[in-house]
Amino acid sequence: MKPRRIDHLVALFSHLCALTLLLLMVTLVGYLLYRGHHTIDRELFFGWADPWQALTFQRQVFDGLFPALIGTTLLVGLAILIAAPIGLAAGIYLAEYARGTTRTVLNLLFDLLSAIPSIVIGLFGLAVAIVLHRWFPGRFGPCLLLSALCLALLVLPYLIRATQNALESIDPQIRQSGRSMGASKLQNLFYILLPHRLPELTSGLILAIGRCAEDTAVIMLTGVVATAGVPHSILQNYEAIPFYIYTVASQYTDATELNRGFSAALILITLCCGLFLLAFFIQHHLQRRLLFRQEKP
Amino acid sequence: MKYLFQWAAFGSALLTAAIFVILYLLSLPLLSQGTLWTVLWQPWDPQHGSFGIYPMVVTSLSSAFVAVAISTPLCFGCALFITQYGPRNIRRWMLNLVRLMGSIPTVVYGFTALFLLVPRMREALGGSGLNIATASLILALLIAPTLILFFVDSITQSSQRDCHTVTALGGTRAQVIRHAVLPQAWPGLVNGILLGLGRAMGDTLISLMLAGNSVQTPDALTDSARTLTAHIALVIAADVASLEFRSLFACAIVLYLFSALLVIGVRWINHSQPLSQRRML
Repeated sequence: MKPRRIDHLVALFSHLCALTLLLLMVTLVGYLLYRGHHTIDRELFFGWADPWQALTFQRQVFDGLFPALIGTTLLVGLAILIAAPIGLAAGIYLAEYARGTTRTVLNLLFDLLSAIPSIVIGLFGLAVAIVLHRWFPGRFGPCLLLSALCLALLVLPYLIRATQNALESIDPQIRQSGRSMGASKLQNLFYILLPHRLPELTSGLILAIGRCAEDTAVIMLTGVVATAGVPHSILQNYEAIPFYIYTVASQYTDATELNRGFSAALILITLCCGLFLLAFFIQHHLQRRLLFRQEKP
Repeated sequence: MKYLFQWAAFGSALLTAAIFVILYLLSLPLLSQGTLWTVLWQPWDPQHGSFGIYPMVVTSLSSAFVAVAISTPLCFGCALFITQYGPRNIRRWMLNLVRLMGSIPTVVYGFTALFLLVPRMREALGGSGLNIATASLILALLIAPTLILFFVDSITQSSQRDCHTVTALGGTRAQVIRHAVLPQAWPGLVNGILLGLGRAMGDTLISLMLAGNSVQTPDALTDSARTLTAHIALVIAADVASLEFRSLFACAIVLYLFSALLVIGVRWINHSQPLSQRRML
């Protein structure tokens, strides 16, 4: 075959592949929109309860997504609250302090941590709960706190990598200008390096939030249940959107319930893609603006 | 302050090891019947006191490998589209779309496939439509962003000088790819495939919802079967001390070791390459 013709065939192949992927995505989102859009209303969220009473926690919602939404929000908030400081600190250590063998070993271990399947981390959480249960009977079982801790462990490597990459990609000139004006290493870090990379750090954090919100495997072993209502303490069971979708898929009884599952899937995909787009926007547009402002005297 | 950073780093690193230790300790009652090796090769037959995880290992491996086999050509085509063949103004959009794909929750993939793909598979293959092939098809879609992003990264990082040389000698774009890009980009391509394999094997929801979950050693891709991850998710035995429950930890150890093996493989490839791409992972 002539090289020209091979080239055309490869071109055709690449266009077909891209088109296939695009069509698959359009089908996925289109189908969810088609099946899920018309059930998104007040009843989907609050069931038969009065929205105002539900929002002020005066009345429990039993047949709506409201408890699941609250559960997911609490879960993600708690997990990020735990993971963000540790991830930031560990990332700073890796980028600024660790050298030689320590650095290699830590890098390897964080790669390992990020490669561990989420269900294994969930099982680890369950195992910890079992061990704790043996020591303090009746005190500590699968609950919101345990899930949040496990999710924190799941996103920790992402946060560490985001911090590390953000700091390591800083221009040496910027790094040294602070030091040359007499700033200590810590002052340099907190007043120059971290603010300089704020957009990247923020977008890393937002991506971690998305990762927490979508994960189902970890929470299904560590305390999520199908009906729990709004949790009153972090040591209780709770509901979450991804798990709601899973339960609908495995045990729906009628068309109404199924449509709710589609709506929930639509909400979750919107949430995750929205978070991604927010992170993307911050990284690409805000960064330019921040830099522009910094360039002005 | 430095010590605070240090403790955070060492603490997180220690947790990685702690996960393995706890999994190992809790699977000891099962492992004391033999070694991890025998547990790996025995069939699952609780009535006769055999808690081997061989069927799950086979299913996990086969579904992951099939997913990668489906996904690799598709993703390579997409990567070529993004780097070489696509219209210039569309390339960037395509890349961003692929990034966006990475943020789609796996449970949504599973849920949608249950209503879009499973009925088609039922018509085409008979049975319930829940089988390894169905799961593999969706897993292929799940790992596509990982593969494409790695492929694109490694293709764009290969030296422009060689590409220009081939072009200057009258080579077509396909010849540039064959003679200039591929010889340099292959470590990145292999890395992407390995990590995709890890993601496919580690995913729970898709195989749980689509693979059928029956505990037999599958004979064909059209059989209903259970992966390691689905096994962990399904058996919430009430009796925590039972051997059935302990088998979950054996599954988790296999998954842990497999992902560790992949990470080490990726690092080994990166280091064996002089133009090492340290920030690939």
